[in-house]
Amino acid sequence: ERGRGKRERKRGRKRGRGKRERKRGRKRGRGKRERKRGRKRGRGKRERKRGKCCRLPSPSPCCFSSEQESPDEQEENELEKLKEAVDDRKKLISTLRGKPLPMTRKLQTLRESQEFVEKYEGAIGKGKGRKLYAYKVMMLKKWMKFQRDFENFKTACIPWEMKIKEIESHFGSSVASYFLFLRWMYGINMILFGLTFGLVMVPEALMGMPYGSMPRKTVPRAEEANAMDFAVLWDFGGYAQYSVLFYGYYNSQRTIGWLKFRMPLSYFLVGVGTVAYSYMVVIRTMARNANEDGGGDNNCFNFSWKMFTSWDYLIGNPETADNKFASITTSFKEAILEEQESRKDDNIHLTRFLRVLANFLVLCCLAGSGYLIYFVVRRSQKFALEGLESHTWWERNEVNMVMSLLGMFCPMLFDVISTLENYHPRIALQWQLGRIFALFLGNLYTFIIALMDEINLKREEEEMVKLNMTIWEAGLYNETVGVNSTTPPIAIHPADIPRGPCWETMVGQEFVRLIVSDTMTTYIMLLIGDFLRAVLVRFLNYCWCWDLEAGFPSYSEFDVSGNVLGLIFNQGMIWMGAFYAPCLPALNVLRLHVSMYLQCWAVMCCNVPQERVFKASGSNNFYMAMLLVILFLSTLPAIYTIVSIPPSFDCGPFSGKSRMFDVIQETLESDFPAWFGKVFSYASNPGLVLPFLLLMVLAIYYLQSTSKSYKQANLELKKKLQTVSHDNHVSAIILCAIPALT
Amino acid sequence: MLGHKRFSCNHPSSTFFPLSRLFYRYRDLAPQLVPLDYTGQPDVRLPYELIGSMPELKDNPFRQRIAEVFSEDGEGNMTLDDFLDMFSVLSEMAPRDLKAYYAFKIYDFNNDDFLCKSDLEKTLNKLTRNELTEEEVRMVCDKVIDEADLDNDGRLSLEDFQHMIVRAPDFLSTFHIRI
Repeated sequence: ERGRGKRERKRGRKRGRGKRERKRGRKRGRGKRERKRGRKRGRGKRERKRGKCCRLPSPSPCCFSSEQESPDEQEENELEKLKEAVDDRKKLISTLRGKPLPMTRKLQTLRESQEFVEKYEGAIGKGKGRKLYAYKVMMLKKWMKFQRDFENFKTACIPWEMKIKEIESHFGSSVASYFLFLRWMYGINMILFGLTFGLVMVPEALMGMPYGSMPRKTVPRAEEANAMDFAVLWDFGGYAQYSVLFYGYYNSQRTIGWLKFRMPLSYFLVGVGTVAYSYMVVIRTMARNANEDGGGDNNCFNFSWKMFTSWDYLIGNPETADNKFASITTSFKEAILEEQESRKDDNIHLTRFLRVLANFLVLCCLAGSGYLIYFVVRRSQKFALEGLESHTWWERNEVNMVMSLLGMFCPMLFDVISTLENYHPRIALQWQLGRIFALFLGNLYTFIIALMDEINLKREEEEMVKLNMTIWEAGLYNETVGVNSTTPPIAIHPADIPRGPCWETMVGQEFVRLIVSDTMTTYIMLLIGDFLRAVLVRFLNYCWCWDLEAGFPSYSEFDVSGNVLGLIFNQGMIWMGAFYAPCLPALNVLRLHVSMYLQCWAVMCCNVPQERVFKASGSNNFYMAMLLVILFLSTLPAIYTIVSIPPSFDCGPFSGKSRMFDVIQETLESDFPAWFGKVFSYASNPGLVLPFLLLMVLAIYYLQSTSKSYKQANLELKKKLQTVSHDNHVSAIILCAIPALT
Repeated sequence: MLGHKRFSCNHPSSTFFPLSRLFYRYRDLAPQLVPLDYTGQPDVRLPYELIGSMPELKDNPFRQRIAEVFSEDGEGNMTLDDFLDMFSVLSEMAPRDLKAYYAFKIYDFNNDDFLCKSDLEKTLNKLTRNELTEEEVRMVCDKVIDEADLDNDGRLSLEDFQHMIVRAPDFLSTFHIRI
């Protein structure tokens, strides 16, 4: 038994797996961090809890038999050794999984180690603190079992695993990566939904003043007639507008209900919290992906990687396998060609000119689409002033339709223009993604600028309404009270009281409408572009002159990058509008849920695997980076409006304050003890804040330069490896040449 | 039922995921050969043809090598332990170094602990289904040895292979079977 243990260790040392693997793991942090990342199973945590000893001394039970006669000190030493041995065995048990041994040997070692641990664990407890030790051990075991069961349960709870597996086996890992991304977004949105629903919508619905008790919570008399119409509700007006779904419904009472729930504070903090949580999640995922990348060694091992990592083991479908074989062959042939002939562009001036022309055309497209949106938004403002009823459906929904259609057709235009450029497909894809990104961004910001115009208009209106209201109130008072000033004020139904305009609700409504129309457009394009096309190709093929399946329309391929971009921009709009319409995360959860099922079905039913099965490797972090940029850009407008525009005086949880963030000040003054307020005011003193900011900037600079120096050291070592191998090569040649010379 | 429970008690921490699902997959390949009760540690070996016809493996050009590497007898006939081992290494949770070690063994056709030129040629031909000319195959293999061979013995040892593969961005995502 002992013999096998030693031989195993020796063999382990020869392959250097035991120590070197752990050391290497620690250097790259792969071992520990990967175990930490065992987010699905979490066995990593259990492993980390175990002991840290590395060596495994051979157990020698004979020395323990004489325990009763040896003096106390010796007994202590032996107990220590025994404890170490037991800890080592435990460590072996936990790392056994990662060892490249055949299963039978692993099981044998496992059984031996477990027997040893069980036998001697009780013996350790002899002497002082035995009961405590035994109790600790038992609790630890129970805790580990609980953790393991919990991890298994968590794995079983992961949704859509089998669906994604099926798609993966048919279409390869790049299409599946879109669905994995969708599922990840769904998770984030669930958390955002939990926050807004649980901390904002539910308290107001349960504990706030009910519908109809205040002007801001009631549909105005003029709109009451058609407040329940489907068309109005679909547009998020009428009863939908005067509900917990939008900002305007909330009351600015400091505490509500018997719980004394601080509604305005909660609203503000949830708004800030959703942004903070999103940043944290995105950056954490980016950091994780960056670790996996392992240093960006892009060109050294081109052919080796092609040979050993191009076959996707997930493929479980003969058609996909055929495509994969074909694409691997093509990729090898291309690489060989590039290697063989020098890249000689025989007409470099023509290529350059064409590329400049293509970029110019793209810029024109972008400018044109930006102007179109601006024009359409101005027109819709004009329509709104004239009254919406006098216009057709198209004119009422012009803005949203135009934005969605532009998002649908411009990328195709860019695709056509990019044929002028003649780039390598991977570079062409990056240019394409960059252009679509610029298009969406431009559209979004034009939309926001137009919205800002509307906000300013509403604020001017507000001034006028304030004036009118005082006149109206004075008039009301005069005609009913007369001389006696002690009569109670007459009861006027809240629906009749004139109320101020609410620009925040308007903004929320615009975003909700945009998202709904975007969703509808996507689904309709999916049904028409993919499903209808597939049906036509399939059934018209029997009576058509040329082969529809192989020739012109054929079945569509799944556009991974287009869909991922759509998802990212959709999320950006959610982040932008969530502060003004707490219902947005709920809407998005619903939308993602439906999308998942619809797209899974559409992919399996109407799409064929891509011919060119190449993936923008490292595209994972590319999409994350875009998400981060979008997150930053979409929180900017919301932050700007919070900080600079005073809230409406007649609606929302911040009505009556001069700025929305005054609610923090108010809370500090009234809910916290006096000394806390003092400490906070000291802390927010510019004299303290500026040095702190400076310190953080210095820390960032320091970390940046350290990481740069590490990268440099890495490169140096790599070069050294190459020169060493080159030297070996040279000396090998010389050694071979010497006998020839003599 | 009972068999699988007792079975999982004996294998608490040797694989990276829950075992019962895998056990039933193994059994489904040949229900008449595989007993439900594994407490007696029966010596049941499923022939390679059954393993190679699994939907996860049947389109893989390296399925024969995979089965050979993980089987005890080296012929591709797998016991339940071998089966578990195989899917454990190929799962998402297995660490990079472990996968690299087994990938090396899979591509080592002649089992001499080195990836020599003939191994590389066989790998390439399996990948491209013999569509490349001999000249092209030779060129690619030379290039691979050029890139990855650090100790300059004309063939790739395990260290060379690991050094090259752990930097590959796609290795973890392609050397992965979901079951």
